[in-house]
Parts: sequence; C-alpha cells; structure tokens
Amino acid sequence: MFRSQNRGNSQPRWLFSFVVVVIFFLSVLPLGRLAMTGVSSLFDGGAGALLSDPAVWQAVQDTLTTSFLGMIAAVILGGGFALLLTLSDVRCKTALGFLFMLPTMIPPQVTALSWIGMTGPSSALLKAIGMAPPLGSPQPLYSIGGIALLYGVQNAPLVFLSLRAGLLALPRDGVEAARLSGASSWQVLKDVILPLSLPGFVAGAAIAFVSCVGNFGIPAILGIPASIYTLPTLIYSKFAAFGPNTFADVSLLSGLIAILSVIGLTVEERVLRGRDYRVIGLSGQVAMFRLGNWRSIGELVLWLAIFITLVMPLTALIASSLAPAYGVPLTPATATLDAYREVLFKQTITRTAFFNSISLSLATALGLLVVTVLTGYYIVRSKSRLAPVLSALAEIPYALPGIVLAVALILVFAAPIPVIGISIYGTIWIILVAYFSSFFAVSLKPVVSAFRQLDPSLEEAARLSGAGFGRRMIDIVVPLVAPAAGASVILVFLIACNELTVSAILWSAGTQTLGVAIYNLDDSGSFNLAAALSVLVVIMVIAMMLVLELMAKRLPKGVVPWRS
Amino acid sequence: MAKLILNRLSKAFETGGRPAVNDVSLTVRDGGFLALLGPSGCGKTTVLRMIAGFEQPTDGSILLGDRVLADAGQMVAPEHRNMAMVFQSYALWPHMSVADNVGYPLKVRGVTGERRSSKIREALAAVRLEAYTDRRPADLSGGQRQRVALARCLVTEPDVVLLDEPLANLDRHLRQEMEETFREFHLRSGATMIYVTHDQAEAMALATDVAVMSEGRLLQVASPQEIYARPEGRLVGGLVGQGAIVTWPSASSQSRLLDWDMLQQFLNHSNGADCADILIRPQDVEITGEGVPARVTSVLFEGERYALKLALGDEQVLRAFSRQPVKVGDMVSVVIRSAWRL
Repeated sequence: MFRSQNRGNSQPRWLFSFVVVVIFFLSVLPLGRLAMTGVSSLFDGGAGALLSDPAVWQAVQDTLTTSFLGMIAAVILGGGFALLLTLSDVRCKTALGFLFMLPTMIPPQVTALSWIGMTGPSSALLKAIGMAPPLGSPQPLYSIGGIALLYGVQNAPLVFLSLRAGLLALPRDGVEAARLSGASSWQVLKDVILPLSLPGFVAGAAIAFVSCVGNFGIPAILGIPASIYTLPTLIYSKFAAFGPNTFADVSLLSGLIAILSVIGLTVEERVLRGRDYRVIGLSGQVAMFRLGNWRSIGELVLWLAIFITLVMPLTALIASSLAPAYGVPLTPATATLDAYREVLFKQTITRTAFFNSISLSLATALGLLVVTVLTGYYIVRSKSRLAPVLSALAEIPYALPGIVLAVALILVFAAPIPVIGISIYGTIWIILVAYFSSFFAVSLKPVVSAFRQLDPSLEEAARLSGAGFGRRMIDIVVPLVAPAAGASVILVFLIACNELTVSAILWSAGTQTLGVAIYNLDDSGSFNLAAALSVLVVIMVIAMMLVLELMAKRLPKGVVPWRS
Repeated sequence: MAKLILNRLSKAFETGGRPAVNDVSLTVRDGGFLALLGPSGCGKTTVLRMIAGFEQPTDGSILLGDRVLADAGQMVAPEHRNMAMVFQSYALWPHMSVADNVGYPLKVRGVTGERRSSKIREALAAVRLEAYTDRRPADLSGGQRQRVALARCLVTEPDVVLLDEPLANLDRHLRQEMEETFREFHLRSGATMIYVTHDQAEAMALATDVAVMSEGRLLQVASPQEIYARPEGRLVGGLVGQGAIVTWPSASSQSRLLDWDMLQQFLNHSNGADCADILIRPQDVEITGEGVPARVTSVLFEGERYALKLALGDEQVLRAFSRQPVKVGDMVSVVIRSAWRL
C-alpha cells in the first residue's frame, strides 16, 4: 500500500528542495557574495581609498539631490493625477490612466532621448517649427534639474498607483458621514481623505525615491555629458576604466545603493503595514466629487500634463528619427525613413541587439514561468513558516536596483564556475542568469495572486478523484492559472526587452541588448539612429501594454501593474 | 467495502489553543449514512477533512475495515483512498464541461472510450442531468452544479462519500429537492456516507445515524429517533429538535422519562437541593383549564398553529403550540404530558 509522510500537504517532498535551491541561486548567492566582497574590502583598506575620493561623495550627493527632487516631482505629478482621476468626475478616466502609466514602461534611456529631442539647440522638432535656441547654447537637460525632472516623469506613475490603491480603499461611508456633519468638499478632502491616504502618498514617494536612486538610463544620457555622476553611472564608469580595485570599489558603491534602497523600502513597508486597520466600513465604491464648472479646467490640466510629459517628447523622438542628417532642417520634403532602414536592415549591431533582446526576454519569460508556477504553488499552499521567508527572499533582487544585482552577478561569475570549470562572464548567459534573478519577482507576482484566488477545494476534488501531483498540475491547476501565467510572460518579456541597467554592466561585444544599442548609438553621436530604434521600442511597449489591458478583465486584481 | 472506524481521533493545529478535534471515537457501519451535527467551529469539518486525508490526525487513527488510513505517524494520500466528496463550494472545474468534470476520476484511473462515456451517462442520468453534458459549470444553476458534483462522486463507486455542508448555499425549496436526491443516491449506491451539517432538521431527515459534536468533542451518537427522544446533556438537548430546557429540583426521581405526576412533585418542591436540566418539547405542553399557571410572553403565527413562549411562576420559559389565537400577556394553564431529564 502506498503511503506518504507528507502530513496531508498537497505538495510532493521534492518541491520544497526545488524552491529552496531556486531561491538560493537567484537571490541569496549573488547578494551574499556582494555583501561579502563589500565587507572584506572595508577591512583590507581598499575601502579607505575609495571613500576618501571626493568624486564618490560628489556622486552620493548628486544621487541624493536628483532622487529627492525627482521624488518631489513624482509626488506632485502622480499625486495630482491620482486625486483627480480617482475622486473627481473628470471624463475619459481609462484613457488618461493608461496614457499616464505609459512613461513607467518606456525605458528610461528612451525617455531621456525623447526629451533631448524636445529641447536644446539640435532639436529636430524645434528646428522644424523654427523655435530652436541658437547653436552653441547649452542643452538645459544636461543638469541636476534635468535629471530630476525626468526622474519625476518616469516615476510619477509609481506614486499614482500607490496613492490610488489607498484612495480606492477609502470607506465611502466615512466620507458620507463627514458630508452629513456639514463639511464642504474641500473640508472633506482636507480632514478625511488626505489624512487617510497619507500612507499611500508616503509609500509611493518612497518607492519613487528608490527607483530614482537605482536609475541608470537617465543619468547616463543626461549626466555623463555634463560630468554629473550618480552612483549607478559611477559604477558604470569604474567598469569602463577597469583596474585592479574595480571589483572591490563597485561592490562598495552598489552596497551604498543597496543601503539607500533598503531605507526607502523600509519606509514604504512601515507606512503600508498600518494601512489595513484603517479600512473599516464599506469600501469599494469610491466617494466622488463633482467638480462642476471646474471640471473642464481639471480636464485641461490633465490633458496638458499628458501632452507635455508624453506626447511632446514622443513627437520629438519621432521627429529626430525622421531627420535627414545632423543640422538639416526637418520638413515634409526632407523627412526620411533612412534611420529605420539603417537600424532594421543595415547595421549588424542593431540587428544583433534585436535578436539578443528578444531571445533573452523570451527565454527569461518562459523559463521563469516554469519556475514560478512551482514556487508560487509552494508559497501559497505550504503551511510552513519558511514560506513567507522564501517569498520575501524572492522579492529582494527585483526590489533592489538592477545595477546592484548586475554587480553581484559579476562577482559570482567573474571566476569560472567551480566543478565544471566554465566561465560565463562576458557571454550572453550571464545576462540570462541576471534576468532570471532580476525578474523572478515580476514573474512570480501574477502567478501567486492567481493561486491565492484559486479555491483549494478544486484541487482537493482532483486529489479525491485519484490525481497525483503532476496530474493535478497539468489537468487542473495550470489551466486555471493560465491567464495570469500569460500576463506574467508578457510582463517579463516587456520589462526584460526594455532593460538597460543590467545589460549595460554585463554586455560585451556580440551580446549587446536593445537598451545597450540605443545607449551606444546616442553615445557615438548617431542620434537619429538611436531615436529610430527608440521609436520601435516604444511601439513594441505600447502594443504589449494594450494586449495586457485587453486581458485585464480576466486576470486577478493587481496582476497588470498599471491597473488597480 | 467495510466499516469506517475513528479511533480516539485528535487534531491540534500548530497555531495552538484548544484542539480542533479531541478524542473522537466513532464507528460508521458499512453502508451507513452518518450526519455530523454541530455548531460552526465544533470540529466537524476537521473530522471530515481527516477522513478525506487533507489533514493528518495528531493522535488516534482512522481505519477502513482493517486498513489503517491515517494515524499520527503516517497516512494514505487522499488520491489513494477511493473516496469522493461533495464540497460546500461544489469544486467543479470551471475549464471543463459537465461530462469532463464527472468523468475526471475515470480519466485518472485510465478508463477510456465507450466504457467511460457510458459511465458518465449513467451518473448524469442518476442526477437527471443527461441534457447538460456539454455545458460549462458556469452556465448551470446552484442546484444543477450540486448535482454535477454528486454525479462526480457516483462514477467511481467510492468506498466512502463525504459531504461538506452541501446544502448550505441553496435556497429552501432546492434544499428539499436535494435532500431527496441524496437519500436516493444513498439507497442506490450503498456507499458509506458522512454528511457534515449545522442544520439539525437536515441531519434528522437524511441520516441513519447522527453524531453531535461540540468544541471538538463527540457528545452523542445515535439514530435520529433515539437522539430526539433521549438526548444526552444540555447541549444535545438544545441542538436537536425544538424544546425548552428548564432547571428543576428532581432528586426524588429515578426515571429519566418524566410524566405529569412526577413533574407536579418537582414543581411543588422548589426548595430541593439537587437540580436537573429537563427538556420539554412544545408538543407535550398542553394548554387546558387545569395545571400550572403561565404567562404568554411571545406569540408567533406559523400558519397551521401559533408558537408560544410561556413564562412560569419562577420565570423559566416553556415553549408550546396553540391552535387558538392568544395574546401576549394572557394567563393560561398548562399541563406537561411528558419531559426528559437530560
């Protein structure tokens, strides 16, 4: 007679070992290695040299200044949108929300390029309408302020989402009770809604700050030409000027980034922890403010913000991609598709980049899915106290800025892998491993929420029908989580395809990704080619976001990141 | 098939606190229909889930015939127990058709082709759903879903069929119809059935044996008639059937079944030291010209009669029926024909 020792649990015994091994290799090993190198360089004196370098402290200061200002910009922009779209009766909310969320999915280097195309003396768009500043005048975005502004635009959606989630959970009866007590709309907003939604504000600001600290694309394109270095770009330049102390230096620098991020994430976690108990009473139907005559003005402000932060930069990007040659004015007669022809068919580098990015992203999305379905199943179904710990460990690599992880993986793989003796450093495989580690949490989240929604009795019924673990997985569990698994694949593909930070550190000749190709084209002065490639990337992003938007109705809540 | 034996079964969850199931011993005879009755949180669902194999006992054992299904050390996985279950949520797989849902246990057992489809047809015919073979569960009503879940239990001739509050989500009309279906199912299949419910009327109507649980312990197991006529203790007395429980001095009585003569003695010796709980069913309370005086405290019109609450001189409450209308505050005289000392 067959017997099992598994105490009524539905998982086979190997599942636990599998999950532990996966999480060890994707999270614990690289981060542990990074911490070890950092600590040992603190003791052997290498840290002293680095920390007495004024350039490092300048970079810390610039990182903090840009991130702080960027956070403020994000809070103003994202908070304003969240309040108006959630609480007021403005029209076209879905469209506004979708357009507002777009910048967060557009790669930062593309955002930076499009804004450069919109301002400064060489702007094809400004020249075409005759408003370009005279040649030789400085590009205003190559500054601390410019970096901060773009941080704000890029990360405003994070504040928007966080605040909106809080606002949607506000008890309507609380607002109605305040109304009946005689409070005006403004007083209700000031005395009830804002205090209750403060955690959402603070949490959103904290994630925006962390995201700014780890951003690479924007300061790489806007900062390096003006010799402004943030911590991520400083790490990049250390790698470019490779020396004997590079590994020790970059592990300390990424340690600094990790510390700043952990502070931010702790703030977020703290303020959100207290949120649940506040949500008492009937939530769900949100309180609504009628703006009356102010509605048109509100709508105008919202659309104007979308126009300035999204439409104008993207138009400028398209204009730059159509410009014939540097300095030649763009008119309908001179517009040309040469740049597209060049990036799609002529340049081997861009074609390799397309091939690399798409195959890396596909491999990551599909490979991770197999891992996350099993891991998610374990995390949701296991009664073990280890499950929440494992789930938290899986989250860390994505929560930390990508550059930290990239450095950690370099430290792990710089030497040949023990036992098999092969080195993957400098090959495409190290990027694949980094993607697996980085986007594990992205892939896991939709699957876990689908598992949480799944009535356990559906699986219990299958067990009583006689189906073992593999059978249940194939016949019952996987078909039922399929929509979420599909969303997980698209999301990982989307994010991996647009990624620059990790591959900027890990690429070498022949393994460049799309993000790296765009950055290198711009760096070498082929601005129109970089713009054309960026336009193609933006089109791909919008197409995939639309697919997810269409799927959203069939997915568990919280799977599509820009919907809540 | 063989009888199902629960031997000093206990289950404590890791969260601590009172054990969910505490030292429950019970034998369900082969082909029996046992109702596990108790208020929510009494541990009846945990017992059911241990029988199914979703939980492991922390002490004691479960046997089917002389095969040990589970004890604190080891257990047979649910997929190897040859049991079937109707879940409270029905647990139909939304991505499969009705026929695929019903036929899944056969598919897993490797039954294919004509044999499989004829078994599915038979099972669906037994619950009168032949016409719905290709529908999805989402297109069915609550009662139809329930019947699909039942048909899924029918196909494999399981040793034990478990039912977890299967009528809890249905309206009253549908409940009666489904009770009929369950009874029919039990007669046809001859399977041992265990039925968890908190509704005593349901338990009495369906089962051949009723087990009453409270706070993890088994209070009494008996046939419905027995448990109605001779409940053990205040909890069972209060849970099964209608009735009022009064506390009177009864030291002088040996018998537990009390008639009006004995009750009159208790009423007259209100200073006695030994008090006992006495269950009085409303149909045994007769409103006549004689007997003890009582005041009407509430009247509920039920259609065929009035249900009354009466307060006796010592303010203890009785329940009674009346065919004539009475008003709150009226004084009546009652005779108690029969009562049961708990």
